[in-house]
Amino acid sequence: MRNEVRFSGFGGQGIILSAVILGRAAVMYDNKFAVQTQVYGPEARGGASMSQVVIDDAEILYPKVAHPDIYIIMSQEGFEKYGAGAEDPAVMLVDSSLVHSRPKCRCIEIPATQEAKQTLKKDIVANIVMLGALVAATHVVSEEALKKAILDSVPKGTEELNLKAMQLGLQLGKQP
Amino acid sequence: MTRTEFWQGNTACAEGALAAGCNFFGGYPITPSTEVAEHMAAKLPKKGGVFIQMEDEIASMASIIGASWAGSRAMTATSGPGFSLMMENIGFAAMTETPCVVVNVQRGGPSTGQPTMSAQGDMMQVRFGSHGDYAIIALCPATVQEMFELTVKAFNLADKYRVPVFLMADETVGHMREKILVPDKVERVSRKPFVPGTPPFRTTDPDLVPGFPQFGTGQHVHVTGLTHDERGYPAATNPGLHMALVKRLVDKIENARYEMADYDIINPDAEQVFVAYGGPVRTVQQVLHDSPNNDIGFLRIRTVWPFPENALAEFRNARRFLIPEMNLGQIAREIERHVKVPVKSIPKLGGELHTPAELVAALEAKQ
Repeated sequence: MRNEVRFSGFGGQGIILSAVILGRAAVMYDNKFAVQTQVYGPEARGGASMSQVVIDDAEILYPKVAHPDIYIIMSQEGFEKYGAGAEDPAVMLVDSSLVHSRPKCRCIEIPATQEAKQTLKKDIVANIVMLGALVAATHVVSEEALKKAILDSVPKGTEELNLKAMQLGLQLGKQP
Repeated sequence: MTRTEFWQGNTACAEGALAAGCNFFGGYPITPSTEVAEHMAAKLPKKGGVFIQMEDEIASMASIIGASWAGSRAMTATSGPGFSLMMENIGFAAMTETPCVVVNVQRGGPSTGQPTMSAQGDMMQVRFGSHGDYAIIALCPATVQEMFELTVKAFNLADKYRVPVFLMADETVGHMREKILVPDKVERVSRKPFVPGTPPFRTTDPDLVPGFPQFGTGQHVHVTGLTHDERGYPAATNPGLHMALVKRLVDKIENARYEMADYDIINPDAEQVFVAYGGPVRTVQQVLHDSPNNDIGFLRIRTVWPFPENALAEFRNARRFLIPEMNLGQIAREIERHVKVPVKSIPKLGGELHTPAELVAALEAKQ
């Protein structure tokens, strides 16, 4: 089973880190294969940032994403540049606090930035909220793998905050 | 024993260098190779090695030549514009038979071109970019695993043949992160020992490689880019000596081409045969995987220079070779020299890997 996941947002939101954490979770803790790639340039300067992850049970040959089946969109510009073409049967998680457009495919609204700010007092962890929601909604990696990969990747002293953000995302992403 | 990691290609390259015992890195950061230097800067001093950020790529290349003569396993990493600046000293390394490893994570050129995009446009430059006749070894990784393994191999080939060895990666493989199995230990080949008291550039061995008189071991040795005799002294107006020296520099590599050839052959009975190296290997693999019939041939090359033309002959039924490259057909032209059937170049510029659909279309097209 090959999953193709695309993350987009603006530079500074941790779009690329999100993709790295997801790939790491799949490879290091779920015993799967993953390839993470990214568009270089805007991540340090604002503008639409984009990163993609292929996850597969078997070795990954072609490493690029052709038709994402999962989108995580965290800015309006990111939606317009990298999400507007999404079609069924893809699923898109949007940060509904920042993205006002909606795709033609199934859409799950996660007010990640707003919730991170209100509940955790730190909007910087909105990307981790989205990762939690992604895993709750799609099970593309296991919760345990995601947790371990987050702990591997975040700065020392922020572990608790990031795990709270993940938990918040897991709740927001649970589908009725 | 191995351990699993999820690494970027450039990280794997740096880790491969550290595993191979690289203890000197002189470089100047440039996208998309910078992570190699960053990783070496973070790790190398802690292992007792030396990391120097030089003032430019001309000096970077000079620094690793000097470090190599002092006995280091020395490396630099760069991309197109920096690679062009290194050309003069690459010739010096070839002429002085200096073992060293140069990583080129290729981006779109010419000039500053596309810093963040992928390309394979330096495949002829690496072979012929410095002036005069010489030979080098160039390796092309297609996976993060190979970024590690071929870096190790580059150090061993450099020491074995006393020649600059190039890891010709591309942005695709350098920047992607994927699963890698990291070995506890790697093979390490030593330089041929020098016999004290003999002329430092004399060799009577069949491999044409002289022993290495490392600086600081008591041997007086003159190292010059001028045409030199066996003692290392300039003899730039001696036609026969120049011919013999340059022939030996080329022959020591070309004669060993089959010994060092590293490639995979898939479906040798096929009539249509892909040949690829670096990033496009991944697209060809996908096309073969998705093909309903097992009738597409594939020659996957890791040692692009010296070119392993013997591998082409293994495809006895080949009616056509198809060569996807992220350049305008540089290695396709090399392949044309070696086969009698049509060679179809599938060039792609712009910075993106060929898609499987593009290769299938090329396969199905008659011309």
